[in-house]
Amino acid sequence: MSWIVHNLWLVPFLPLLAAGLTALAKQRHRRFAATLAIGSMTVSFLLAVGAFAHTLGRHEDEARQVFNFPWFQFGTEWLKLGWVLDPLTAAMLVMVTFVGLLIFIYSVGYMAHDENFTRFFCFLSLFAGAMLGVVIANSLLLLFICWELVGLTSYLLIGFWYHKPSAAAAAKKAFITTRLGDVALLLGMVWLYSQTGTLLFYDNGAGCLEQSALGAMVAQTTSLGLAASTGIGLLIFAGAVGKSGQVPLHVWLPDAMEGPTPVSALIHAATMVAAGVFLVARVYPLMAARDIADVLSPSTAALQVVTWVGAITAVFAALIAVAQTDIKRILAYSTVSQLGYMMLGLGVGGVAVGMFHLITHAFFKALLFMGAGSVIHGCHEEQDIRRMGGLRKLMPVTFATYAVGMLALAGFPLLFSGFWSKDEILHAAHEWPVSCWPFYFGLFGALLTAFYMTRQVACVFFGNYRGHAAEGAAAGNHHAAKSRRHQPHESPAVMTAPLAILAAFAVVLGFLGTPAWPWFQSYLEGEAAMVDPDKLLAPGTLALMLGSALVVFAGLGLGWWLYGRRPMRHADDADGLERLHPEIFAVLRDKFYVDEFYEATVIRFNAGCAWLGDWLDRWIWGGAVLACKFITIGLSWLSRLFDEFVVNLGFDEGCRRIGNGARFTSSLQDGQTQNYLRTLALALAALLLLLTWGCKG
Amino acid sequence: MLAWTIYISFLGAGLLTLLPRNSAALARRLALLTALAGLAVAVAGLIRFDPAAGTRMIADVPWIPALHIRYFLAADGISVTLVLLTGLAAVAGILFSWNIEQRTKEFFAFYLALIGGVYGVFLSFDLFLLFVFYEIAIIPKYFIIAIWGSTRREYGAMKLALYSFVGSAMVLIGMIAAFVVAGHLTGHYTFDLTVLARVPFPASFQRWAFPLVFIGFGILAGLWPFHTWAPTGHVAAPTAASMLLAGVVMKLGTYGCLRVAMTLFPAGVTMWRTEIAVLAVIGIVYGAMVALVQKDFKFVIGYSSVSHMGFVLLGLVTLNQIGLDGAVLQMFSHGILAGLLFGVVGRMVYDRTHTRELADLETMNLGRALPFAAVTFVIAAVASMGLPGFSGFVAELQVLVGAWSAFPKAAIAAGVGIVIGVAYLLRAVQRAFFSDMAARPVEAAAHHPLPPISWPERIGAGLLIAASLVVGLYPQVLLNVISPGVASLLEAMRKGGAL
Repeated sequence: MSWIVHNLWLVPFLPLLAAGLTALAKQRHRRFAATLAIGSMTVSFLLAVGAFAHTLGRHEDEARQVFNFPWFQFGTEWLKLGWVLDPLTAAMLVMVTFVGLLIFIYSVGYMAHDENFTRFFCFLSLFAGAMLGVVIANSLLLLFICWELVGLTSYLLIGFWYHKPSAAAAAKKAFITTRLGDVALLLGMVWLYSQTGTLLFYDNGAGCLEQSALGAMVAQTTSLGLAASTGIGLLIFAGAVGKSGQVPLHVWLPDAMEGPTPVSALIHAATMVAAGVFLVARVYPLMAARDIADVLSPSTAALQVVTWVGAITAVFAALIAVAQTDIKRILAYSTVSQLGYMMLGLGVGGVAVGMFHLITHAFFKALLFMGAGSVIHGCHEEQDIRRMGGLRKLMPVTFATYAVGMLALAGFPLLFSGFWSKDEILHAAHEWPVSCWPFYFGLFGALLTAFYMTRQVACVFFGNYRGHAAEGAAAGNHHAAKSRRHQPHESPAVMTAPLAILAAFAVVLGFLGTPAWPWFQSYLEGEAAMVDPDKLLAPGTLALMLGSALVVFAGLGLGWWLYGRRPMRHADDADGLERLHPEIFAVLRDKFYVDEFYEATVIRFNAGCAWLGDWLDRWIWGGAVLACKFITIGLSWLSRLFDEFVVNLGFDEGCRRIGNGARFTSSLQDGQTQNYLRTLALALAALLLLLTWGCKG
Repeated sequence: MLAWTIYISFLGAGLLTLLPRNSAALARRLALLTALAGLAVAVAGLIRFDPAAGTRMIADVPWIPALHIRYFLAADGISVTLVLLTGLAAVAGILFSWNIEQRTKEFFAFYLALIGGVYGVFLSFDLFLLFVFYEIAIIPKYFIIAIWGSTRREYGAMKLALYSFVGSAMVLIGMIAAFVVAGHLTGHYTFDLTVLARVPFPASFQRWAFPLVFIGFGILAGLWPFHTWAPTGHVAAPTAASMLLAGVVMKLGTYGCLRVAMTLFPAGVTMWRTEIAVLAVIGIVYGAMVALVQKDFKFVIGYSSVSHMGFVLLGLVTLNQIGLDGAVLQMFSHGILAGLLFGVVGRMVYDRTHTRELADLETMNLGRALPFAAVTFVIAAVASMGLPGFSGFVAELQVLVGAWSAFPKAAIAAGVGIVIGVAYLLRAVQRAFFSDMAARPVEAAAHHPLPPISWPERIGAGLLIAASLVVGLYPQVLLNVISPGVASLLEAMRKGGAL
């Protein structure tokens, strides 16, 4: 076993160590905290590159190396943990460490004026360590441990500005909603353990993702008629649904935008939310496991669920994104929608298809979020796109990089990575034998994506700056004059340099997975990639590419027609779509009322149960105790009265009688000799009589 | 050697009563020293305990020969673990009561007597002796609450004492019945638990004796619906007493359930385990739900104890190695974490702010005023909601895995309790520490600066957090001794007809 496999634990450990050391540092040690975080991340990145190089050019059978060790005694067995190095791990490691490193650097500029700078880097390093732990875990338990730690840091970072009530509420909502999925994952894990007796993914044939365990799980049917593998797979998928913000647990992710923007970029766009997709990719053998009898059936039940949830999420979230006005919320709904695409890709096409979109998306979505952060920073913490506009000239670098990210997300043909990875998914969906609807969902989602991104870019970067007018109207002319001096400004180089690097990757990464040279797909599957331009020109592929390109152009054109042609003049103007269809716009703006629905059902039900329990405790169980108390006291009073008036009176009466008798006898003993003699004589006579009577008898 | 924990504690309690008046400082130091000595013995006992050698005899002399009662002390892995928990909780409790000024020496004398009784219960292998120690532990508790308590202390103390004595009465009846029936069956009258465990009690007897004893002990463990003494008792009790109450005294209940009810009546367990599992799961979900709507900070923690003890009870009736290991580990873990939570709420917050109403705490911006308390509570809350890395996770995971094979539906329902657990803890964290209501200028100006967190509090909190972390990261340190103990109990129960 090579050095890198043996020491893979260093990759997550170094950021964790940095977090621990930063936690001990004082608040003013800002440089120390930033240096430590960035330094540890750099070393982790280098190690990740080393691990990546190690996996290059290996064949499938030797591409996966594991290191397992026992943790504690679990009943009669030992519970083992471990890590695994395979192409899936290596690709994720490089992505997470690289994007993370850039975001760390960017944060130095973005958080420069925050008084809790040190704490921020502590949490950020903790997050990075936990996320890398998820990636290398070779045991569902270790994965779950890091998964929970990731959720905790996400909670801490969303609520980083906890003095904002909305941030505190969003943090709580995020934690509880994802925890809902986590419990399903936990139960899935418990079930998996009781089926297979191990939680290791790969263990030289004895792991739970290997043939013998899978076969056993497929053969086992539950009372509901599901195979155990399906049931476990669905429970694990529920965990992924929570973490990756899939319908119906998507509600936390848009609210999570209350956190600082680097956090949104790192955690709620590039890495943590993708952990759900990664989890499904990791347990893909379980999801795809099927009986030998129905080997001909096109897809397993678990994968069909993954596909449908992904397809519905992709469209649902994209629709909501159309009508949002907060620059970060638009991106958040877009993230939800793109995560839906990844799930769809996993469901219809397998690991490579979903993972390719995950990697490209991580780069361009981090780019977009950091660009949005730069915009917010430049506009003095303004997040409403109606109060922006015209930033193209004021923030040129941000505009240029943002445009690259936007085109990549929209899937602009040929040049941008998003096109290739999305095309891959659509291609796989098109060939999915079960149903053609996911394909149409995907196409419709692509149209919407292009549309809402055009709307956003038009509102933010084109037209005239609308920030002053609103402020002036609100606070009088004096204020307006003052705010004019606060023109939006370009961000410092420490923030724009990472943007430029990410923009470059948002373009070139796409070429790693084109149909002509599917290097990434082959790498994940442990095969050598072939250059084959003919595949690109194959009739099915080419037609599909043309079709999706047309859809993207339609979306871009529609967006431009509604928003770019005549830019908004004032922040209070009605939205372009609102003027056309106010009712539809209202429904979309209010996010299909999902939050309100949960408020009225789940939350109210829960609160009702809680109140009922409290009431029971106070009045029924508590009352029963009080009743016992009163009954006891009542009985005691009864006994006391009985004691006093029955037992005690009888006792007194007895005593009195004894006393009277005593008085009578004592009166006999009066001291007069004559009386004594008289009694003596009488007694003697009586005795004589008795004796004589006795002799006769 | 472990028996010294008992003697040291009673000796310390006795010495304290001899101290002159107005010697609060001396009383504190003496009490701390006593508790530390107890903890040292407990740690040494854990290190020197040889799990392979089985139950270890400590002392066995006749006590009341006419009734076949013996002074019989012994320890297996379960006892050793709980003795260690008692030692930790005792030290932390004294550190968190450093500020008691009213009748200091009496307070610590009662406190040490209570600790001594608890040590005694965990080490007794004679049923009668166990019962005597059990009663010794209950009496000082009443005085501590009634004299040094706060909100509705007479009511809380009364409720606690009533519940405890009802439970004791049930245990006593079951105990005497077992003594007599075993004597009739074998011709040999004894209270020796190891002997009684081998007596084949008739099934018809076990059918009623088991629930009698189990519920009798279960009352003290917060078994639903006999749990209501717990929240009111905790709220009324002074900080150290609620730490001990939740941390250790509730464990007396579950320990009794395991050591007495389940080992003596294995067939009874099999008859009643489903019903008990249902009650345990109701306790888990119900406790969490009720905690969610409490207005008093301490009530939240009080109900969370009911919820967490449900995991112990659920683990007990799984009757398999993993589930029972988890139950014992959860006893330890909940003892540490509940102690920590009550310490923060009672000592760090209430003693400074003089309110426990969440609505009032919201206006005080405690996150800034008492950062150490805030961080400690966040750590305790995260550990309590079962975050990996802390002891609660490994314990609850084992209980869930154990329950999955015995009662899959119960495992699922317990999962629901975990989610609600997150909700009520986060609600308490945010309302008590991280609320923005403090911005109101009037209150901010009128507000006196709170005294900073003192060193005894810091050390106490650090001790408990460290214990939870060590066990969470390397559970084997306790499982090494727990597993063999559980295994031999299970073996005996299997022979006795369970399952």
